[in-house]
Amino acid sequence: MKFRIYRYDPDHDEKPRLQEYDIALDPHDRMLLDALIRLKSVDDTLSFRRSCREGVCGSDAMNINGKNGLACVTNLKTLKEPVELRPLPGLPVIRDLIVDMSQFFKQYHSIKPYLVNDTPPPERERLQSPADREALDGLYECILCACCSTACPSFWWNPDKFVGPAGLLQAYRFMADSRDRDLNQRLDNVEDPYRLFRCHSIMNCVDVCPKGLNPTLAIERIKDLLVKRTV
Amino acid sequence: MKLPTRRFDALIVGAGGAGMRASLQLAQAGLSVAVLSKVFPTRSHTVAAQGGIGASLGNMSEDSWLWHMYDTIKGSDWLGDQDAIEYMCKMAPQVVFELEHFGMPFDRNPDGTIYQRPFGGHSMNFGEKSVRRACASADRTGHSMLHTLYQQNVRVDTQFFVEWMALDLIRDADGDVLGVTALEMETGEVMALEAKVTVLATGGAGRIFAASTNAFINTGDGLGMAARAGVPLEDMEFWQFHPTGVAGAGVLITEGVRGEGGILLNDKGERFMERYAPNLKDLASRDVVSRSMDQEIKEGRGCGPHKDYVLLKMDHLGPEVILKRLPAIREIAIKFANVDPIKEPIPVVPTIHYMMGGIPTNIHGQVVVPKDGDSNRVVEGLYAVGECACVSVHGANRLGTNSLLDLLVFGRAAGNHIVSSNVRARTHKGLKADAGEPSLARLARLDAASSGESVAEVGNELRRTMQSHCGVFRNQQLLAEGVQKVMEIAERAARTAIADRSRTFNTARVEALELDNLIEVAKATIVSAEARRESRGAQARSDYPDRDDANWLKHTLWHRDGNRLDYKAVNMKPLSVEAFPPKARTY
Repeated sequence: MKFRIYRYDPDHDEKPRLQEYDIALDPHDRMLLDALIRLKSVDDTLSFRRSCREGVCGSDAMNINGKNGLACVTNLKTLKEPVELRPLPGLPVIRDLIVDMSQFFKQYHSIKPYLVNDTPPPERERLQSPADREALDGLYECILCACCSTACPSFWWNPDKFVGPAGLLQAYRFMADSRDRDLNQRLDNVEDPYRLFRCHSIMNCVDVCPKGLNPTLAIERIKDLLVKRTV
Repeated sequence: MKLPTRRFDALIVGAGGAGMRASLQLAQAGLSVAVLSKVFPTRSHTVAAQGGIGASLGNMSEDSWLWHMYDTIKGSDWLGDQDAIEYMCKMAPQVVFELEHFGMPFDRNPDGTIYQRPFGGHSMNFGEKSVRRACASADRTGHSMLHTLYQQNVRVDTQFFVEWMALDLIRDADGDVLGVTALEMETGEVMALEAKVTVLATGGAGRIFAASTNAFINTGDGLGMAARAGVPLEDMEFWQFHPTGVAGAGVLITEGVRGEGGILLNDKGERFMERYAPNLKDLASRDVVSRSMDQEIKEGRGCGPHKDYVLLKMDHLGPEVILKRLPAIREIAIKFANVDPIKEPIPVVPTIHYMMGGIPTNIHGQVVVPKDGDSNRVVEGLYAVGECACVSVHGANRLGTNSLLDLLVFGRAAGNHIVSSNVRARTHKGLKADAGEPSLARLARLDAASSGESVAEVGNELRRTMQSHCGVFRNQQLLAEGVQKVMEIAERAARTAIADRSRTFNTARVEALELDNLIEVAKATIVSAEARRESRGAQARSDYPDRDDANWLKHTLWHRDGNRLDYKAVNMKPLSVEAFPPKARTY
């Protein structure tokens, strides 16, 4: 199978290049990550992140034939050759397919990604109705892989100011939690022409999310809450 | 060469469930804590746990911590320490409620309480019938828990060193642990991190086997570090085969599928577990179910063209239950097995999943070693928690849901013990100039090696050998040959070479360093397994098919130095209740 892979090692390369590989795969190689590991066994300088190999840890996000996705759950049969692999767009490249995710996590941290409830907890669990719990479905499953935020032009242009789809999905995850007591501050925290309103609903995020989540919808819900608050 | 050094009160190696539960306790108490992790915290392997956390909340059926304790002891085939098991089961409801207060998105019952599902080996009234004890967040319990713990650490501003790999423990002449050496992956810098207390929370090492549910990062780094520093490893022969890994892919399918009513079928369409475990059937404990599956396959009743797997049927649960309670399982089955479990069964085989053994500790998480006739002498400055530790609550076989519980209970206990030991007031002992030498020597060897075998090749050979010589059923000849082969592979591992010469994010170097750790874990495992001439829990020997309490009701300790074994007694004295003496184990 043929690959063209973005290569850049700051220690040895003046500028990035695309390297061609042609490798015979084993019949058991099912996912793109299997092929990458086979390539690495031949060329150990090829660098990428990986861990769980089942789509839950979010390590191996990359740009695959022009679209962001996770290598471990991308079936090789679905890929047109040569398979072109690039690092996630819009973030500084550390090396090869490894990007510097600091900006992405900084935005995630900026939305206070933790439950806030200062009332003393009961001895047992706080009660939550099944319907209230269901409000978190489609939100809590995010794996922070950054496929969405790095597919978003608004995030590319303003990664320091726009929270981005992943961060906003998590912002809404806590607004939607019946146990949280911080809704007003959470809304204040994103009510800003850049932090929230740079989203123009082009839905690239929805298109690439490997977990099938819908950040655009979450962003709409936040906007609804802001409107509701003013009336 | 003196390494650049940074100082902390406490240092935690590993940012999975155990490490982050401990760090939360320490940061909340205002200690200066550093948490080192090879990966961003939410990428740790806790994220892959699916089914639930065991705790006798009694939300959906009557339950008690004493029943949980009994089930855990029986599950352990009486090799678990009864003081630690009592502590864990008694603490379970409290740590689950705390996690809920932290924001964990548990599934809920109509009355608003936490949803609980049945799980293997968990029973009501000392084995009478199945109980609902597994506190679940759909089939993403580990993901929900790991993210919740990370979120809480963000709240208290824990300091993380992300993509730093710990290399070696630093011990002084008194044997006290003074910190670790570590490699910053992005820059290739090596540093000494000095701490009054070091907590190993590095997780499992399933990557010593060819077919495993474990992530690539599960290379037993903490165990390799401990072994190289002269700390023995306990009960390493006990490795759990999870009954339901996707055939061919190894990806985990939670026991929660059977908890929700899924069943295992052979090629005749027979629910064969009824024969092996008439009472709990498909929800017998994991060693029993895995052996039964293997037996079916060996006797020619496997499914598929090669008759080499069995089927996990769940279509009778209906789409509503599957989509609500097991959505990620459906996703995995579609992606990795080409089947939609709403319509078709999933092909499954027993797959390496969990290491019951590890670094020996007491119930505070302090590492203990034999010294001067005391088999449990505390190593000053060193703790171990979670899968890398052996406290021992899992003994010869772990019950499903007890791993997440172990992380919470003992991560928290270690944190509390460190806080109460007044760490802040103590001073650092100070590092000698040559403290980093062993690590620098390992790196220098790699840098100097211009030719040698590839790390991938040697690693694959190790994995294949462990798979074929240390599997579900073991015997003397297989194991003895296996020991020989692993020792030869260990020699080869010392002569590997890598082509990558970059300082920047050199993953080839990281994999070479990980191989050193895998080798220690594999040696400990197969040497301990060869020596134990009985069948107990996950160690099933066809040449010694019975449990032998007279000779083998004891913990194994493997010492790297001299590849030597010794043994210590199982703690049969619970903290407050009557002991549960060994008896025949049936489900």
